This record gives sequence, C-alpha cells and structure tokens, in this order.
Amino acid sequence: MQNTMMKRASELLADGTVSRVLGWKNGEFVYDPTPAVFKSVEALEESFVYHDFCGSNLSKYLIQLSKLEGKTLVFLKPCDSYSMNQLLTEHRVHRENVYIVGIPCDGKLDPDAVRASGADGILGASVEGDSVKVDTMYGEVTLDQADCLLERCKTCKSHKVVVFDEMLGENGDVNPESARFDEVEKLEAMTPDERFTFWRGELSRCIRCNACRNICPACSCEQCVFDSPTSGVSQKAAAASFEENMFHIIRAFHVAGRCTDCGECSRVCPQHIPLHLLNRKFIKDINTYYGEYQAGVEEGSRAPLVNFTKDDCEPNIIYKGGSK
Amino acid sequence: MRQEMLIPKIGVVTDIRIDTPDVKTFRVVGLDGKKVFDHMPGQCAMLSIPGVGEGMFSITSSPTNTEFMEFSIKKCGCLTSWLHMMDVGQQVTIRGPYGKNFPVETDLKGKDLLFIAGGIGLAPLRSVINYCRDKRENYGSIHIIYGSRSADDLVDYQEILNEWMTDENVHVDLTIDRPEEGWDGHVGFIPSFVEELKPDLNRTVLMCGPPIMIKFTLDGLKKLGFQENQVYTTMELRMKCGIGKCGRCNIGDKYVCKDGPVFRFDELSELPDEY
Amino acid sequence: MKKLSRSNLDALFAAIADTKKLYLPVADGEDEKRGAKYAVWTPGTEYSTAVNTIRSAKDFFFPQVERMANFKLEGKTIEIDDIREECEDFVVFGVRACDAASFQILDSVYLAEPVDSYYQNRREHGVIMTMACGKPSETCFCSVFGIDASEPAGDISCWMTDDEILMQANTEKGEALLASLSMLEDAADQAADDVKALIRTVLEKLPLKDLSTKSFGGDKLMELFHSEKWAELSQACLGCGTCTFVCPTCQCYDIRDFDTGHGVQRFRCWDSCMYSDFTKTAGGQPRPTQVERFRQRFMHKLVYHPANHEGTFGCVGCGRCMKSCPISMNIVKAMKTLGEDHE
Repeated sequence: MQNTMMKRASELLADGTVSRVLGWKNGEFVYDPTPAVFKSVEALEESFVYHDFCGSNLSKYLIQLSKLEGKTLVFLKPCDSYSMNQLLTEHRVHRENVYIVGIPCDGKLDPDAVRASGADGILGASVEGDSVKVDTMYGEVTLDQADCLLERCKTCKSHKVVVFDEMLGENGDVNPESARFDEVEKLEAMTPDERFTFWRGELSRCIRCNACRNICPACSCEQCVFDSPTSGVSQKAAAASFEENMFHIIRAFHVAGRCTDCGECSRVCPQHIPLHLLNRKFIKDINTYYGEYQAGVEEGSRAPLVNFTKDDCEPNIIYKGGSK
Repeated sequence: MRQEMLIPKIGVVTDIRIDTPDVKTFRVVGLDGKKVFDHMPGQCAMLSIPGVGEGMFSITSSPTNTEFMEFSIKKCGCLTSWLHMMDVGQQVTIRGPYGKNFPVETDLKGKDLLFIAGGIGLAPLRSVINYCRDKRENYGSIHIIYGSRSADDLVDYQEILNEWMTDENVHVDLTIDRPEEGWDGHVGFIPSFVEELKPDLNRTVLMCGPPIMIKFTLDGLKKLGFQENQVYTTMELRMKCGIGKCGRCNIGDKYVCKDGPVFRFDELSELPDEY
Repeated sequence: MKKLSRSNLDALFAAIADTKKLYLPVADGEDEKRGAKYAVWTPGTEYSTAVNTIRSAKDFFFPQVERMANFKLEGKTIEIDDIREECEDFVVFGVRACDAASFQILDSVYLAEPVDSYYQNRREHGVIMTMACGKPSETCFCSVFGIDASEPAGDISCWMTDDEILMQANTEKGEALLASLSMLEDAADQAADDVKALIRTVLEKLPLKDLSTKSFGGDKLMELFHSEKWAELSQACLGCGTCTFVCPTCQCYDIRDFDTGHGVQRFRCWDSCMYSDFTKTAGGQPRPTQVERFRQRFMHKLVYHPANHEGTFGCVGCGRCMKSCPISMNIVKAMKTLGEDHE
C-alpha cells in the first residue's frame, strides 16, 4: 500500500492537482512515524511511510492546511474520514482545498500494547497474518496481532471510508457487529458509587498535559475555555481535588454528539486513561434515546442534541436513564 | 525553615497619582510605614493582589528616596486593571528586588548621560534620572528626550515640568506624536526627533519604550555614530518567579528577571531576537 | 557493599518502611500497557522491575502541584499564611540512573541561590536508592549524556543478580540507612562486578548509543536558534505538554492563585513551554507560533542549560518523550535532524 500511495501522491503533486501531501514520515524506530507535510516527489521518496503503526488521525491538521493556497492531499483511514466529515459539517475545513485519498485499514498497532504483550526493546515488527513478529534487543518474539491492536481497532466500528475524492484499494463496510459498547455496559452495570469510584480513580491519574484535547478533531475551538485566564478554571493543574475530573467531564459534554469515536484521546493519553469510554457512553445514550446516530457518517448531518424534533423523548426519561 | 523568596510581604498603598488617562503611580510602604526593601535603579518588584494575579513592575522611584517606593503602572491586563481600580489604603503583596540594575555605581559614573523614553518607558528610567540628580557630582551632563502619543500621555509630566526642566543641570526635550491644541513643543516620533537633535556621540544612552520605538531609535543612534556598547535598555517579558527558575522569561540563555532586565545592546545583539 | 537474598526483599522493604515512608515502582493497574508508577509500599506491595515508570521520579521533589501560601483578603487588608512544613523523611527505591541524574539537573536550578525552599525541603529529607538497569529499552540513551546505567548514582546504588540484591552506599544519608538495616550482610566490593559487566554488554547493543551531542552546547546558540529545521520539526506538534510533563528534567513552573471563596490559595504547578500562554502577556507574545515554542524546549535542553551549567545538557536520555509523544516527535529526532545541519 505504501508504494501505491506514494505513486499516486507523486502523480498528483507532479500534475499540479495538489500542492502538498499530508501523510506520515518514517521515525527512529518501526513504530514511531510522525505526521508530516511533503511538498515534493523527492521529499516523498525520502521519508514517506505507511504501515501498521500509522495510527494517528490526520484530519485535524486540515483545519490549518486547508487555509493555505493550493490543495492539500490527505490520506484518510476509515475512522479518520468520519472525523473529516464532522470537521466539514462544522465548517472547520475548506473542502475545496482538500484532496482526500481514502485508504483501507485492517487495524493499527499500538506500541504500548506490543510492549505489554511481552516485547521489550523493540527493534522491528511486521504483521504476518494473525500474528506480529517482533525483533527485539532480547530476541525475536511472535505475538497475537489482536493483542497488539490499538484499543479502538479492537472494536472497530467501520472499515468504510466515508468521504474521499478517490479510493486506493477496496473500500470496506460498516461493522454492525462491533462490540464497542461492551465496556460501556460494564460501567452501566455498576452501582453509582462503584462507577463514581471507577471514574475518580481513572481521572485522578490525569497529568493535565492536554494531549487528549489537542489531538481531538472535535476539540477545534479557537481558544479552549480551559486556556482562558478569565474562565476561573485552571488550565494546568488540579487546584481543587476535583478539577482534573471536571476537565474531562466538561470536555466529554462539549464533544457529545460530535465525537466520531476515533479513539485518539485514549491512544495519546500518557497515563492510559480510557477516555473513549466517556464519549462512547454519550454515543450509546444518544442511540438509545434519539435513535441511531453516528457523527461523521455524512457531511452536514444534524446531531440529535442540536436538532429538536417533536419526537424527542422527554428530559425526565433521560434523567432516569442517567441515574439507573 | 529558611526564608523563601517566593513568599511575598505585605505592602500598603499610601498614595495614588493619576498620571495619564491609563497610567497611575502608586506609592507603597510596608505595614510598619517604612520602605519594604532597598533597591538599585532599574530593578523590579513583584506586586500582587492574591486571586487576581502577580506581575513584575519596575520600581519607578529612586533608591535615594528612603521613605517609600513608587510604581508607575499602565492599565493593560487583568492585574493592572485591578490595581487601577483600588483606593488608597489597599494592601498589596510585594517581593523583590529583582534583576540587574543600571550600572549607576560603575560604568555610568562620570559619564554624560542621554535618556530616551517613550510613553510608559519613562517608568524605569525615572528611577535612574532621579538617582543621578540626587548624586549629581557623580555624573556628567544629563540630557532627557521623552515622547508620548499626546501631551496627556506624558507620564510624570508635573515632575518633568516642575523639577527636571527647572533643574539647570538637566536638559529635557519633549515630543508628542501628533500636533494638538495648546502644545507648542516638538511634534514627531522619537526616532526621528533623536536624529534631528544629534546628541553628542560621547554620551551613554539609557533607553526604554515600546519595542518598535527601541528598534528604530537604535537604528538612528547607530546611524549617528553611536556604538551598541554605549546604549542600555531594559526588557520586559512574562515572569512568574523573578529568580530565574520558572523558565519563561529567557532570551536565549539569559533570563530577563535575573540576568536583566537591564541589558546593553552589544549583549542583546549576541542573543536571539525573541522578545 | 552489602547484600541480601532476593527472597528477603519484602523484609527489607518492611524494615525501611518501619521508620520512613518508602516509595517504589509498582505496576499501574492490571493492564500492562499502563506500565509502572511510584507508590507507597505497604505489606503485600509488589516491586515492579519495569525499566522505567511512566511519570518520572521528579515528582518526589518537584510535584505537579504544590500549595505555596494562603492569603486572606478582607476589605483592604491582606493576610499571608506561610503554610510550609518540614517534610517527613522518605526513601525512594528503584530509581533508575537517568532519573537519578535528573536530580542533579533539578538541583542546579532549584538549589542555586536564591534556594527554592520547597524543593530543598523535600530533597534534604529524601533518600534515593537507585537500581542498575538489567533490561534497558530501545528508547534508552542515557550513555549519550555520560550516564552509566550499570553504575547508577543516588544515596545508595543497587544491583540485582539472579538471587541477590547488592547495595553500595554513596553518601552519608545512604550509609546511615544501610547501617540501620540489620538483615543486610557484608559483601565484597567486587560482588557487583559481574552484573555490571553483563549490563554493559546490553548497553552496547542499544540502538541510540551513538547519538551525537557534538552539534550542541552553549556555544552553538545562534546557529541552532536560526536553523531552518525548526519549522519542519515542529510541523506536527500539537502543543500539548506531554513531553514536558513526563520529562524528568523539565522544571518550568507556573504560579497561580485559586480563589476558594473563603480565601486564596497560591499554588505552583508544572508548566510547559509548549503552551501558548507560557510567554503571553497583555502586551504581546514573543513566541507566537508552535515553531518558537517547540524550539524553546529543545534549545533549553541542548543549548541554554549547558550554557548556564558548565556544559551539562538538560536531558538524561530516559526515552520517556519517545514513548509518550502523541505524534512521535522527540529529542532524538530533533538532535538527529539538527545535527545534520552542522556536521
């Protein structure tokens, strides 16, 4: 796939269709590619990569890049394309300045999961069928691919790229069997006290680095309320004991109905807090109370939370639902 | 437990003078009615209203004033707006003194001095000017070029008129940006005014004002033949600790709070232009 | 040198914890992905031999948040309450060589005059027991900064063999602690030589061991500052503070006030030069884009710190930023890219 992508990007750069290409640049190791802009065929040939560790979602970079002159080519995986649609819906990205090349995805690997599965000192890794062969400083290890996947890929909601100008390879389908709400159901089965303890325990581990917010395609405010000196909430620290909890709760509310469940928040959290579960709870509740809705499926869709209809359920039902 | 620089002392505001529409001068003493600490001209202090903010301000009064300290503060952000709203008798927190002073006891001794200030930039220089006036025998001639947007915006105008301009040992040239009724002095920006005045090349220059004024005035001085090592200025960047530890006020490897705020331009020219 | 059977490790921990609070690395939850964190030892706590904790050991001396003073405002008056208290004695076991070296870097800032009493208080009351690295990670590059993972510093250095733990006191504090532990037996000074040699053979295999520092240092200020590579390096940077917060040497802080409604708490917290408000004032912003902020972080570690501290770099090669950065940008990539310019 990497070669196909590079060839196509080179063609589009050469014929002037696009002025730059947003993709991934090779890293120091096999697992650490960095999102990068390529402006020439030579630059692509020098360092462009696409492989099993290219998990990062490139769509948010288009907020800035689509303001530049000329089109930006972007490679979007299925889940990234949902984010793109949502950004387009919210008028954050200038569609006419973006050339979207859809790429299929069978799940991306998480270096932390690879380490946790028993590979210390990773020097190389390759997926072979259902397994991952890892070359390490301490010998070769063969791991189950399923164990090495990013959290979001373990319960992939869709293999379908939902917005593109052209597709490389074959587009996939939505996965109705996704078990992405299983973990939410476990939380719902807890008593309120247990649930409170669970979230207090998780959110109190937060170091307020803002990685979840800054990577989140739904967090596209020009200035976050937590960065405003006059908001009365402190940006960098837990001044009061509940503060870092509030940060995540407010953020989850703000992206409710707009979160496409791309899972970047949990991928980037240095403390491995399962932040995606907050968002999934909202998605699940919206599905339950307002009918199935997936943000980012199509550009311009109106999310139930911002779209009053006479069929909306009564607030007291939601209230009861929340406290069950 | 040892003394902690970051824990402030209490100061009391005993006088507030309205200088310009957006500048007030605050007189501060300790709870015992005496000066909170001694300083040298060009040094700064951290003033704070707890819950509002803490900020670094240059000490406007001269060290030769043994009774109190003064701060001329322009209303600009959160903390300064609050300071502008307070009344006499209000307590503030104060810590300092911070930073390197103008070398009044070393390099400046015996020199003919030229002070160039724009707007609120007079605040740090006023400390040096009055120090030199009080120790007149230590310095050569004193020439002050001061300008502001309008006559109303000249900070310490009464002191300039009644004390500096009547002092036969001090020469003062004033300018304002645009002509206005009742102003018969010079009109025009400071950089061109300085070039017009053609000050003696043997003078040591102490300059403070908005970055754009500094830039063009320095260019003008160089054109006239001044060397960078003849010109001092004082810098201001965001600060939190004041003692070179919190890590934000650096220009290259120098911390403005500790290695500055007073710099000579030959020192600055060896540092990145990130201020 | 002292020794103890590894099967007696719990007894050692119990003896230390008897008189002082003991912290050590433990697994952070059941999910192994979460790695290790420092926690207080209580009976039953299992020591984690993970090569490093996700958060660094700087927390012990420079915590993420600490209260500095309280203020009471009434009418026009202000009252200051100095809430500092003498810190209780504590021991940190299992600190790696890189983190132990980071304390020297923090010391050079916080213990320089005027001394930071909050930091000094904790530093004076903490005893550091380091552990040599038997199984370093591919992201480890401490040797690049002259740190020897087979000879970690600290008040007491420890080595693990298959069946024993060997301990060597390096300071008076360390001597005193070892002397108080009656279950320790004497060992020959050469007892750890074999394990040290073994560690050195592993260190030789580290992929980043040849990273060059020769393009960096206090004398490279202007050329590095004006390198054209910063724009490209910082291009994907999110402006989050992950690298700074997991970094054992990042020591910048913010001072803020929190109005509780009953008074004002002044607290200090970690700050990040990656944040836009780090240098923002009502009057302007000397670092308006992420390029300048990103440059500041690396210039600080590779140029400014050595310029002010006799050539010591502000990095200890722990590799945390390599594992934590959301977009996989880090000091190694920066050094390699910038180094190319000048070699």
